[in-house]
Amino acid sequence: MTAVLEIDDLCIRFAHRGAAIHAVEQVCLAIAPSECVGIVGESGSGKTQVFMAAMGLLADNAAASGSIRFEGMELLRLDAPALNRVRGSRLTMIFQDPMTSLTPHLQIGTQLAEVLVCHAGLPWREARSSACRMLQRVRITDPQRRMHQYPHELSGGMRQRVMIAMSLLCGPALVIADEPTTALDVTVQAQIIELLRAVREDSGVALVLISHDLGVVAGLADRIVVMYAGRIVESAQTQELFRQPRHPYTAELLRCIPSLAGPPLARLPTLAGQPPRPGELPEGCAFAPRCPRAAERCRSERPQLLGSSTAGSVACHFPLPS
Amino acid sequence: MNEPLLRVRGLQVDFGAHAAIRDVNFDLYAGETLGLVGESGSGKSTLARALLRLLHASQGSVEWRGQDLLTLSAAALRAQRRELQIVFQDPLTSLNPRMSVGDTVAEPLKIFEPRLSANGLRLRVGEMLERVGLSAGMAGRYPHEFSGGQCQRIGIARAMVLRPKLLICDEPVSSLDVSIQGQIVNLLLDLQRDAGTAMLFISHNLALVRHLSHRVLVIYLGRIVEVAERDALFAAPIHPYTRALMSALPGAARAADRVPAAGLAESVSPARLMGAGCAFRDRCPYVLPVCETTLPPLGEVVPGHRVACHRSHEALIPLSFAP
Repeated sequence: MTAVLEIDDLCIRFAHRGAAIHAVEQVCLAIAPSECVGIVGESGSGKTQVFMAAMGLLADNAAASGSIRFEGMELLRLDAPALNRVRGSRLTMIFQDPMTSLTPHLQIGTQLAEVLVCHAGLPWREARSSACRMLQRVRITDPQRRMHQYPHELSGGMRQRVMIAMSLLCGPALVIADEPTTALDVTVQAQIIELLRAVREDSGVALVLISHDLGVVAGLADRIVVMYAGRIVESAQTQELFRQPRHPYTAELLRCIPSLAGPPLARLPTLAGQPPRPGELPEGCAFAPRCPRAAERCRSERPQLLGSSTAGSVACHFPLPS
Repeated sequence: MNEPLLRVRGLQVDFGAHAAIRDVNFDLYAGETLGLVGESGSGKSTLARALLRLLHASQGSVEWRGQDLLTLSAAALRAQRRELQIVFQDPLTSLNPRMSVGDTVAEPLKIFEPRLSANGLRLRVGEMLERVGLSAGMAGRYPHEFSGGQCQRIGIARAMVLRPKLLICDEPVSSLDVSIQGQIVNLLLDLQRDAGTAMLFISHNLALVRHLSHRVLVIYLGRIVEVAERDALFAAPIHPYTRALMSALPGAARAADRVPAAGLAESVSPARLMGAGCAFRDRCPYVLPVCETTLPPLGEVVPGHRVACHRSHEALIPLSFAP
């Protein structure tokens, strides 16, 4: 089956004080129709930048090379009018903070209907009634009344539902959700995850779920891609990744998540050191300075990402046994 | 039984007509770590600030080793504050960007140990920076030169340099990445053990609280809804809100009577909070008519385990969690 989104050898560099900072390096990733892929990494790992590049939302001082193909189009070389036809309709994005991603001075109904007026050319009346139906689909109670409310009148979870409704209005092929539950409380987070699961089942839309939280991704994603210091270090089917992580970074990350199961610990498991700053990447493997398995070779030679998207792949000279 | 270090009774904080903290009672003992758990808006940070009188409490008392902090004169309160310190959530905004790290850590010493020589001050600051995993040579640097985790270490150094008897940690690791969180929590635990400090550890992360608390308070809309020893609480949480919080955690197993987080209403209208009755009733899957009219008292269900719920004596199926 052909992929909805195909990213090939993507590199993103930021110009900073006359130097180039390598934020994303040689990222290759394909997302199949109806697939849900989780992208996991710490802050600064480049996970968001990959998809900001796809949406044409990189900062002015950034330059992307490589290729991002979406439904036969090369997104990196699309002009602004063509890009505007795609994003917001076939390719949509949900952001972390649902307060700042809605316009504060427009009613919810107007913001939603506008999407259909602009992309589908619907008259406002029809657009509004479609928008109202979509609010119902994302399980917002009393959608008629909500249409006339402003973002500040809604709770955080409700606003995120509005963002999800907006992302679905034009029947997208792919929705990118960037930390969609990070700003929310755990009980509301669980509800939003349930909603995203239901949306996938109903509409068959492909979903990219970007998160720093492996637990959030685990409940939804078919496949998980782990990023570290701008590169993909491991990619595997979700169950496989949790059962048997191959990259030492993934294994360490799983070990560090405090759990409700098992005996309480007097001290939390830790991962020593901190991620390298972009622009100060070591020569070999970027994880080598923190890695319990690192050997001489890791400090001089960068490991390539080997394997396949189905069987899983890992970028490590000494991966854990599968 | 030891006397508690801190004895909080009937504490109330009002913001205009809205009571953010209502009738909060608890004790904290020397060397103890008390976890304080709740969602955003539940009043966790308000409570922390009211204890230190960074916010004005409208009723109640906060007895610190026999003295009510809320009625002390400004000078007497200031003298007590060397024993009461706080670490804030956001490591960057809680440091002064125009002050070097060395000056930041030196400031409490300058206030409370004014007779310390310049050299003695430098030594103490250097020692403290080393103690939190930074180096004495970093004292001349400024906050923007450090990562989030390192800034939190600086905030901890500032709080611990006076060896306080009580440290309040207000979500100290929630803005940090998982791989850094453990380092910071373990540092806090080491410092606590060395100095014998009592700790009030505020967090929305139940799993984290479970690993480091001796006892846990669960707070909902300004009231304590459940208090218990750590093991008792996590083995058999009783309040529907506590149970919902636990089962909403990603990775929590689907227990037979898992409180359906999806069935929990997202929020309640403030008007409903004003009336009598349980504040959780609009979100509660187990609501009874009595919950509409009568506020459930925080009553002891088994020794040491107090719950504010009309149905707290009914048998519950235990929750179980996947490894």
